[in-house]
Amino acid sequence: MNMLSKQEYVDFVKEKSPKSPMWRSMLAAFFVGGLICCVGEGVSDLLKLIFPAMTEEDVATWTTVVMIFAGSFLTAIGVYDKLGHFAGGGSIIPITGFANSVVSPAVEYNREGVFFGVCAKMFVIAGPIIVFGIVASVIVGIIGLFL
Amino acid sequence: MEYFLTYLKVFAVGGAICCLGQLLINKTKMSSARILVTFMLLGVILEVSGAFSYLKEFASAGVTVPIVGFGSNLAKGALEGASEEGLLGAVKGGMSAVSAGLTSVIVFGFVFALLFKSKSKKI
Repeated sequence: MNMLSKQEYVDFVKEKSPKSPMWRSMLAAFFVGGLICCVGEGVSDLLKLIFPAMTEEDVATWTTVVMIFAGSFLTAIGVYDKLGHFAGGGSIIPITGFANSVVSPAVEYNREGVFFGVCAKMFVIAGPIIVFGIVASVIVGIIGLFL
Repeated sequence: MEYFLTYLKVFAVGGAICCLGQLLINKTKMSSARILVTFMLLGVILEVSGAFSYLKEFASAGVTVPIVGFGSNLAKGALEGASEEGLLGAVKGGMSAVSAGLTSVIVFGFVFALLFKSKSKKI
């Protein structure tokens, strides 16, 4: 039985442990994220085409709502979580990922009832986002008073 | 051709933001909630510093679809509210700017949770 020195053992573990798929995951995030943003751009172009009278601001708001609907629906039918497994950050950071973070636990916990299943678990991930968002917006607003 | 260039910019900038997020996930093992909060606050900072409007002009949906757009909307609403209605506007401006998005997330979440049964998602 051959003995390994400490350093050899460390090297051996490093060699055998799975390589973190750094580049692959970043590339996947880039492509999927970019594609979702292109879909968003497409939705807003389409809205502008169908409703030429709509203001810029309304188009942006409707685009957000449509993207959130798409994200929610794809989450509900179980597609988005599979995409998330492949794309990581590419599916988390777009607004569809925010929708996913709300709908996924809501659907997951609906067997625990509407009150403490759906309605409470909905905010497991979205809660911190909403709280941080509101606090930040109030801070910004108060700073804005002095500008 | 003009369309192609626009979409290329959207793709590149949106992809780059998501790529940055993935780098953060890989390096720090942050959970998705922390990632989302980080990028939303980044959006708030970009909006307050004034950089966001330039980015938006360059890559429209490339920066508004990622959650940084949500943060920027919050900050923009708060600033507008503050300049129009004073303290009350500063308090309610942020939420009213994102109210459509937030409401639709909650309503769709609620409706879909009632309509769909969860699949066992062991992936």
